[in-house]
Amino acid sequence: MAPLLDALLLQAGYNAALVAVGAALLGFAAGASGTFLFLRKRALVSDAVAHATLPGIALAFIVMVAMGGDGRSLVGLLAGSAITAWIGLLAIEAMVRHTRLAEDTAIGAVLGVFFGLGVVLLTVVQVMGAGRQAGLEGFLLGSTAGMLFQDAVIIALGGAVAVGLTWVFRRPMLLVAFDADYAAATGHDLRRIDLAMMGLVLAVTVIGLKLVGLILIVALLIIPPVTARFWTDRAMSMIWISGAMGGVSGYLGAALSASAPALPTGPIIVLVAAGLFTASLLVAPGRGVLATLIRHRRFQHRVHRRQGLLALAAHHPIREGYTLRLLAREGLVRADGVATETGRAQAAKIARDERRWQVAREIHQDAGLTGRYDGLTPIEQVFTADEIAEFDRRLGPPKAVGAT
Amino acid sequence: MARGPAATPNPTVAARDGRVLPAAGPGTGTPLAVRGLTVSYGENPAVFSVDADFPPAAMSAIVGPNGAGKSTFLKASLGVIPRLAGEVHVFGKPVEQARARIAYVPQRASVDWDFPTTVIDVVKMGLYREVGLLGRLSGARSTRAMRCLDRVGMADFAHRQIGQLSGGQQQRVFLARALAQDADLYLLDEPFAGVDAATERAIIDVLRDLKAEGRAIVAVHHDLSTVPAYFDHVFLINVRRIAEGPVATTFTPETLQATYGGRLAATHLDELAITGGA
Repeated sequence: MAPLLDALLLQAGYNAALVAVGAALLGFAAGASGTFLFLRKRALVSDAVAHATLPGIALAFIVMVAMGGDGRSLVGLLAGSAITAWIGLLAIEAMVRHTRLAEDTAIGAVLGVFFGLGVVLLTVVQVMGAGRQAGLEGFLLGSTAGMLFQDAVIIALGGAVAVGLTWVFRRPMLLVAFDADYAAATGHDLRRIDLAMMGLVLAVTVIGLKLVGLILIVALLIIPPVTARFWTDRAMSMIWISGAMGGVSGYLGAALSASAPALPTGPIIVLVAAGLFTASLLVAPGRGVLATLIRHRRFQHRVHRRQGLLALAAHHPIREGYTLRLLAREGLVRADGVATETGRAQAAKIARDERRWQVAREIHQDAGLTGRYDGLTPIEQVFTADEIAEFDRRLGPPKAVGAT
Repeated sequence: MARGPAATPNPTVAARDGRVLPAAGPGTGTPLAVRGLTVSYGENPAVFSVDADFPPAAMSAIVGPNGAGKSTFLKASLGVIPRLAGEVHVFGKPVEQARARIAYVPQRASVDWDFPTTVIDVVKMGLYREVGLLGRLSGARSTRAMRCLDRVGMADFAHRQIGQLSGGQQQRVFLARALAQDADLYLLDEPFAGVDAATERAIIDVLRDLKAEGRAIVAVHHDLSTVPAYFDHVFLINVRRIAEGPVATTFTPETLQATYGGRLAATHLDELAITGGA
C-alpha cells in the first residue's frame, strides 16, 4: 500500500510525479473534448484517426533524420502524426460524402490502411542506422519511462487549448449532435463543425500519443463521457464531469502503475476509467442498473397491488401468486386469499379512486393525464381536494364493497 | 401575394418551358418563393422542377401522398439537403441570406429524445444564432425562452429531461424553440403527426396567433380532413407540383384525385368536397 500512497501524493520520484500530473491533465482534456464526440456518435472515427497517426510518426522521423537531425524531436514527431491523422480524417469524410460506402466501412478501411502503412514505415525506420534506438514503438501503447518536463508542458498547453475550444464551440457542437437538420436550417455549416470537433479530438490524440499510445487513446476519449452520462442529464455539465472522470482515471492509473514495477501506464489508466464506468453503471441514480431495477420492481408492485385490490373489490378470485403474496405481506388478505378488514377498506378506496379517475379523464381530457399512470399514482397526488370533491359530486354517493 | 390564385393547376411550368421566370417572379413580399426545385437521390427525382409561392400572413399546407417529396421539398428549400437545381427566395432574398427570418420545426422523430438536455435548454437553442458562441443566455433571454415555453403550455416542464415528454409535449417544445427565433416565416414538418388532440389545439392556436401577427406559416400536413379548417392556402405535390392556391378554390376532388391518383377512395373525396365547399 505504501508505494501507492507515495505515488498518489507525488512522492514516488520525479518521473512518477511528472507522469501522474501529465496523465491527469491528459485525462481531463480527453474526457472534456470527447463529450461531443460521444454525443455525435462518432467514437469510431476517432479510433481511425488515432491509428492514422502512426505513418506520420515514422515519416516525420525519416524526414528529420534525412535533414541531419537525430529524428527524436517530440514536437516534430507529433506534427507528423497530426498531418497523417488529418489526412485519414478527410479520407473518411470524402468516402462518406462522395461514395455509397457507409461510415463504418470508411472507418475500417482508413484504420487498417493507415495503420498497416505505419507498421511498414516503422520497419523501414528499424533498418536505418539511427532508427534502432528511436523507440517509436512506444507510441503504440505509450511509454512513460523517459517522460520529460517538456512532455508534460506539451500535454498541459495542448490540453488547455482543447478544453478551451470545446467550451467556446459547445453550442454549435451541441446543436449538431442533438438536431443536425435544425442546425443546418439555422445556417450552421455541419461539415465545418464536425471537422472542428474532430480537429479537437485529433489534438488530444496527438498530445496523448506518448503517454497512452495511439491504440488506447480512443478509450480515454469515450469512456469518461459515457460515465458522465450516468450522472447528469445536461450536456454542458457532461463536459466537466467527463473531464473530471478522465482526470481521476489518469491520475489514479498513473499512480497505480508507478506503485509496482513493470505495470504499463496507458492500459492501467484505461482500466481505471473502465472501473469508474462500471461503478457508475451499477450505482448511478436515475440511469444506473440498480436504480432502474428498483424502479421497475416498485412499479410492478404498484400494478399488482392495484389489480389485486380491484379484484377484491369486484369479488373476483386472485390467481397470480405474486399478487397474493404481496397483498398477504401487507395484511390485506389472509393466507387463504380472503380479504381482511383493512383489505376490504383499501379495496373500496381503490375502486372508488378508479371511478374518480374515469371522471377525471372526461373532465381533464386536455391536461396530458394520459402520460401519468392512471390509478397507479394516488389520485390525491394529482388533483387537489376540491377537484376530487367535484369528481365525487358527479359520481353520486359511494357504494360499499361487499353490499351485493 | 406575388401571383393571383392559381386558377389553372400549373401556369408557371408553362412559363419555365420558355426558360424565363414567371412574370411576377419571387416578389420581395413573398415569404417563400421556389423556382424549379429539383432534388434527386441517384437519378430518381424525389422532387422534380417544382415552383411554389407561399403567401404572407397566411397558413399554407403542403399536401401529398406518402413519398411525394413533401418533407424533401421543405428541407431542400431550407438547404438542409442539397438541391440538384432550383432557386429559393425568402422575402425576396436568397434563402442563405435570410436565415434570421426563418424558423424550422423538424419532424419530432428526427432526433434522439434520450439526449442529455432539458426542455428549457432545447428552447434556448432557438437563440443560439442570435447570441453567437459566447453570448449570455441568462437574464432577459432566459425569460424570453420561458415565455415561448409558456405560449405552448409547457412552462411547468422547463427543467424536465426531454426523455420524459410525451409525443405531443415533444412537438410543443420544438414549436417553442421556433418561437424563440422570433422569425417571420415558420416552416413545420408534420407538426400534427401523432400528437394528442389537446396538443393539436394548442399548436393551431399558436400558429393562428403568428398569422394574426402577420407571419407566414408553411406546414407539411397529412390529414386531409383538417386542411379546410386549418389552412388558407394549399400546395399539392406528388414529386411534381400538382396545384397551388387558396384552399377554397384549389382543394377540390379533382386536384386531390390528380395528387393521389387512385389511392383516395371516392367516398373519401366526396366527404372532403363537402367540407371544402362549406
